[in-house]
Parts: sequence; structure tokens; C-alpha cells
Amino acid sequence: MSEFGERLLTDPGRKKTRGDILRSLSFILVPFLAILFQVYATRLFEFLKFLELPLLVTIYFALTRRQPIAGVLFGAAVGMAQDSLSQQLIGMYGIVKTLVGYFAASVSMRFDVENPVLVGILSFFFYFFHQFFFWVLDRALLGHLTTFDAQQTLIYAFLNAAVALPLFHLLDKLKARA
Amino acid sequence: MESFLNRYRNLTVLLVVVALQLLLLAWQVKTSQDVRLLRVWSVSTVTPVMRGLEFVRRNTIGLVGDYFVLLGVREENRRLHEELGKLKMQNHFLDSELATADRVRALAAFQSQSPSKTIAARIIGSGTAANSAEVFVDRGTNQGVEKGMAVVTPDGIVGKIVEAYPMASLVLLATDPSFAAGVVSQKDRVHGELRGLGHGNCKITEVQNEQKVDVGEWFYTSGYDRIFPRGFPVGQAVVVRNGSEGKEIFLSPSGFQGGLDEVLIVLEGVHQLIPEQAVAGTGIHMMPAPPPDAPAAAGPTADMPQTGNTDADRLKAAYKKIGDAQGHVYGEGTPPNFNIKVQGNPAPAQSMHPEDAVGATEDSGEVHLDAPDYAAEEAAAATKAKQTTKTAPALKPAQTAKPNPTTPGGVPRATR
Repeated sequence: MSEFGERLLTDPGRKKTRGDILRSLSFILVPFLAILFQVYATRLFEFLKFLELPLLVTIYFALTRRQPIAGVLFGAAVGMAQDSLSQQLIGMYGIVKTLVGYFAASVSMRFDVENPVLVGILSFFFYFFHQFFFWVLDRALLGHLTTFDAQQTLIYAFLNAAVALPLFHLLDKLKARA
Repeated sequence: MESFLNRYRNLTVLLVVVALQLLLLAWQVKTSQDVRLLRVWSVSTVTPVMRGLEFVRRNTIGLVGDYFVLLGVREENRRLHEELGKLKMQNHFLDSELATADRVRALAAFQSQSPSKTIAARIIGSGTAANSAEVFVDRGTNQGVEKGMAVVTPDGIVGKIVEAYPMASLVLLATDPSFAAGVVSQKDRVHGELRGLGHGNCKITEVQNEQKVDVGEWFYTSGYDRIFPRGFPVGQAVVVRNGSEGKEIFLSPSGFQGGLDEVLIVLEGVHQLIPEQAVAGTGIHMMPAPPPDAPAAAGPTADMPQTGNTDADRLKAAYKKIGDAQGHVYGEGTPPNFNIKVQGNPAPAQSMHPEDAVGATEDSGEVHLDAPDYAAEEAAAATKAKQTTKTAPALKPAQTAKPNPTTPGGVPRATR
């Protein structure tokens, strides 16, 4: 065995490449920008309020990582950050996005999530699940008598799925560059 | 146990995370306390970026927005310019309409005051002959217009009809070189012939160098051309000088001063009086005539019938008494004996100044020879006017004797 080969085998602390750093940074920056968009851009553009970018980002990272634990932690972090920037109790979006992250990562382990059609369907489904489960939690845990507008939610789910496809494509490109 | 956790590690983590969040929720609900620290972290992380984004937005997108606003301003400026142009054109049009209305009103006032029967006509075109001043009017033989009729405006004469067609007529303007009309000066009754020069002014011929005409003096139609009734204003003398073949008088025709759009065709002319000097003023305010002097009223002519206040009036009345006493009709036979004494009549040489007598004699001579009727009418009208002035002292001077600056014939011109 050559000296180079020995060093590869014996050196567990391999030096992180620039791509690894960027990939790690994207884990923080992309959800941060998504939350920022949710907070700031919707103030300027009211018609974009239907967009749930933190959810789409959670789905994307869960699908691409294919690790349920990572999806759980990522979803929980994004959800709680989203909660902390609103008046509602911290944990509502956290729980919902935790579940979304887990299920998305679990699905990605069984299906080919490179297929855009499947990605669109998953985005549609997870958006609906996200809204519905949030409504359930709101009623069950907090006792808020809110109504669930299924028709509107379906339309918004479709729109979010439509946005998810180019967004995921863009994030894929960024990931490939990194 | 450990193998179980390893086997269901993902699910375990999920449950743990969800359970922790549920506990967190429960704690928040139970204690009604907020997880402030988490919120502070999140807000402290997000808000600086938001502030920066807002700053950038205001200074970039705001500028772009201002640029588009300026584009809008430019467009609005262009639109306002167009609108201003339209409004200016509309204003010009309305001004023109208003001026037309004024002229029509002036014509109507003139028509109502003038004893001559006139018909209003509108100028619809000009003649095609070169070097001639001719216009077409929209009245013809169907409206009673005939060749040779006079065309006037309230300001003065314009021309005469040279051709009358059923629906229109051709008017030879007074500025045409072939135009001629008899005129008389206002002050000294100097007769002459008005001729066009082919441009703006006219010339008066047939005036001897010895005759007195002043610059600025008004000329009126004399009526001897059988076209224009006597008493219509013609214009003001602008140049007066002696020439080899007589006095050269250039005149600015007054009938053209207001522009020629509407005119009056004189269907049936009635001779009028030539206004007094005061009436034909040029915008100078004149006081009413003073009352007669007391000595004159108590003088030898005090018992005479008061037909007028001037020496000429008194002289005329005295001669009339002399003529009546001898049964003489003036204008027929030999003159009466003016030296006889009639009751109430003073001796002529004793009652008048020599120059007055000369003037009166010349005046009366001119009247007898030229147009005695007009002179008598003028004297009667002047007497009437002065009596009116005397009997209405409460009237303001401007109402009784203020001359109209633009209508020497005394026709009121409509004002805006």
C-alpha cells in the first residue's frame, strides 16, 4: 500500500472541501432566506402570501438528504423559527414541519424523488397535510375554533406545488455548483 | 432495549422531538409564559437583514419607482401641453366668437338706431380680380340687394354693391382705386371726393388749397353721390398738405378698422345729420355746454323766440322775422330788406361781432346754395340737443356728452 493510500485509510479527520462548507451553509442560508421571504416579501407583495416557502425548503432538504432524523431536526428548527417570528405559541409549526420533514425523508428513501412529477405530487400532498395538521393541532391543543377551507387549501397546495418545481430545480443547480 | 432504539432510531427521534415540542407548548399554555429567548434570537437574526433589505429597497427600488414616477410626470407634462394647446385654440375660437357676437350686437344697435333700412350681410369671399379690393357678401337680389347700394358698418362706409346676384353680391371696397364717393369734412364742411388708393388708406380729391382741413378731422358722406346717405362716417384725415392740383388729403377709412366680417347693406338710405364736433371726438372727455350767459338773456334778443343759443341761431331767427314781416320766402325772388327794423329784432350790425356776422353769412350762404334742408335740420337738432342738455342737468357729463372713441357717427359700439 502506498503512503497516500495509507494516509487515506488512517486519517479519519479528512479536511472539509469548499463544497462541503457551502453545502453546510446552504442548510442555514436557504431556510433563513425562506423565512425572510415569508416575513418580508409578503409584506410588499400581498398576493404571495399563499406561498409557504419554509415548508417547501423543508420538503426539499428532507427529500434530498434522505435521512429522517435530519429531516426531523431540520423541520423542527425551521418550524420553531417560523413560530418565533409570529404571535403564536412556539412549537405549532415546529411539530407540523417536524412531521413533514420526517415523512418527506422517509418517502425519499423509498421512491425516486428525482422525478419532477413525483416531486410536484409530494409538494402538493405535504402542503395540504401541513395545513390540515396545523388546523388539527390548533383545534386540539389550543382549542381555537378555526375553520378549515379545504377548497382554498387545495388551490394553494396546487400553487405551492407549481412553485416547488422550479424552486427545487434552482436549489439543485446551486447544490451542483457547490 | 438498545437494539430496539437502534432499530427505530428515526421514529424515536421523531417522537422525542415532537414530544419536546408538545411539552414546550404545554408549558407555554400552562404558565402563559413565552419562550422569549427563542423569539429574541429569531427576531435578532431576521430583523437586521430585513432592515438592510428595506434600506436597499428604498434606495434602489425607490429610485426606480421615482424614475417611473418621473416618466409618468413627463407623460403627464406632454398630455398637459396638448391639453393647453387645445384650450388655447378653444380660447381663440371663443374669443373670435365673442368678437363676432360683439360685431353682430354693434350691427344690431346700429340698425336699430339708423333711420336707413339696412340688411346685415356676412363677407363670404373676396374677388379674384388682381389689384382690386372686392369682396362677396352672402346677400343678393333675393334679399332685395341691388347694384349701387351702399355697404357700411357702424364704424363707417365700406364700399358699394357693384354686382348683385340672387344669392350673393360683389362689393367694391372703398380702398379700391376705382371707388369714388362724395364726402364732406365735419368742421368746415369742405366737400371732396373720396377715392381708393389700392391699399389701406384713401385719398380725398377735389379740395382747393385754400380750403381748411385739419389733420385728424373727420369726413362724412355728403350724399351727393346718390349712393351713400349723408352723414355716414368715412374716416379721419391722416395727412393734409397743399398740392399742385389742390389739397392732398389722405384718409384712414374708419369702416375697416374693426375688421370686415359682417357689414350692412343700405337698402333704403336716409340722409342724416353730420354730427357736431364734440360727438366726433377721439376719446376726449368733454363737459356739457355751459348755460347761456345772463347778460345775453337780458339783452336785446331776450324777447326773441329761443330756437337756439348760438349767435347763428339768433341771427337766423331774426332773419326769419324780417322775412315774415316782408312776406318773403327765402330761396325765391330777390332777397328781403335786412335793414328794416322789426319788433324784437336788433340791428344786425349792433348785435353781433363782425366775425360772427361774416361766419354766419358764409354759413347761411353755403346752406342756401348747397343743402339748405340739411343745415336747417342740423341747426334744429343742435338746438334740441342743447335744450336737452339744459333740461337734464342731473345727468352726468359722461352720459350726455362723452364722445364715443370709435364711433364718430355716435353709434354706440358694443363693449365686452
